[in-house]
Amino acid sequence: MDRFVSEANRSSAGSGPAVSFRDVSFARAGRAVLDCVNLEVMPGETLVLLGRSGSGKTTALKMVNGLLFPDSGAVIVDGKPTTEWDPIQLRRRIGYVIQETGLFPHFTVSRNVGLGPALAKWLPDRIEKRTREMLQSVGLDADHVGQRYPAQLSGGQRQRVGVARALASDPSLLLFDEPFGALDPITRHELQDEFLRLRRVFGKTSLFVTHDVREAMRLGTRIALLSGGRLDVVAAPAEFPRSASPEAQAFVACLREEGA
Amino acid sequence: MRPGLAHDILVLSADHLFLVAVSASAAVAIGVPLGIWSARHPRPRKWTLGFASVMQTVPSLALFGFLIPVPWIGGIGKRTAIVALILYALLPILRNTVAGILGVDAAVRESAVAMGMTEGQILWQVELPLAARTIMAGIRVAVVVTVGSATIAAAIGGGGLGEFIFRGIATVDTTQILAGAIPAAVMALLVDGGLGWVEKRLARS
Repeated sequence: MDRFVSEANRSSAGSGPAVSFRDVSFARAGRAVLDCVNLEVMPGETLVLLGRSGSGKTTALKMVNGLLFPDSGAVIVDGKPTTEWDPIQLRRRIGYVIQETGLFPHFTVSRNVGLGPALAKWLPDRIEKRTREMLQSVGLDADHVGQRYPAQLSGGQRQRVGVARALASDPSLLLFDEPFGALDPITRHELQDEFLRLRRVFGKTSLFVTHDVREAMRLGTRIALLSGGRLDVVAAPAEFPRSASPEAQAFVACLREEGA
Repeated sequence: MRPGLAHDILVLSADHLFLVAVSASAAVAIGVPLGIWSARHPRPRKWTLGFASVMQTVPSLALFGFLIPVPWIGGIGKRTAIVALILYALLPILRNTVAGILGVDAAVRESAVAMGMTEGQILWQVELPLAARTIMAGIRVAVVVTVGSATIAAAIGGGGLGEFIFRGIATVDTTQILAGAIPAAVMALLVDGGLGWVEKRLARS
């Protein structure tokens, strides 16, 4: 069970949790999608939300940047419930990476990456400089790909652009919704390496949704397992396989079968 | 061919073009915003699309006739003709605007929201550019249809190239009929070609 619940009641932005879920419940069409979830994301960590399809992990993620709101309970970001944030301001503080389709097909790569800074009304020179830096930091050359359109890139390149876009406005928190799900295994592995490298460089707090237990073990500093809308286990990757929960064991079993 | 026919063709073509330009512009000015609104509101959408469909299914001659007794917009003359042409042109514009906006990839729209774009920014920077080609295709159909149906405006005193056609039918004069029909057909082809070019330009950008 969740050992991190009500560990602290601090609400200040600096030292407290970056995000806390407090008794969060959410139902759609008479079905409980999330059922009384309590969870805290500490600054600097990568918390992986692991679960099967329909376990509520994406719903939980979308509550952090106010794409969805809890029916009851509260999601607190930087000390303030999402319902009290101006949704536009809240979203501009949070980077969001989804599968490749999230890039704007009619924007060039550079314009996609510079979107956040442009929305924040940066000056054009500064946007251009930042765009170059961000593309470089994800291993892409601005001169090479900057003026192309997303459709002209490979899946892996598009995903790198998605990460560069999320980092561009220097958000304090990053949300990842199965960003590498559509990639081939080799590209996926490369991007996971890239993710780990970027974490060392930028040290951003991240919430990462995946159904891939291997990905969870590789990337997470902690893993939160959701099952049927309930939080089943929260554990560090090293402890996760020792969990007694049947759902965790089901995930660990596929890890073994894949021959990890 | 009687002398002065060329001059009459020119004058009535200009008149015809005026009818088309005014009614098509008004249909765009009404149809595109109404389409955007309808795309956002699923419940009233079937009513707006239904209304436009009904207008389109009424035979055009009858539509002109129906409007004559209507107060304010009715009567004999250009104003009635323009109202009828607007109603007639509305469906393709409205339907394509709705289809274009709803056709924007849900993931693209969601990431626009998640980036912290306002509704206005999403509309102008994401939805309209991505829907532009579909909307333009609807406008093109509407304008071409308007060039044709504007010939019926003459039946209720609206002027245009239809005057030749109705006069020609009444006097069994093929030259007169062709004097109306040929310029109208040429105009339709030119408009179709021109707007088709714009549509392709939009697709490329």
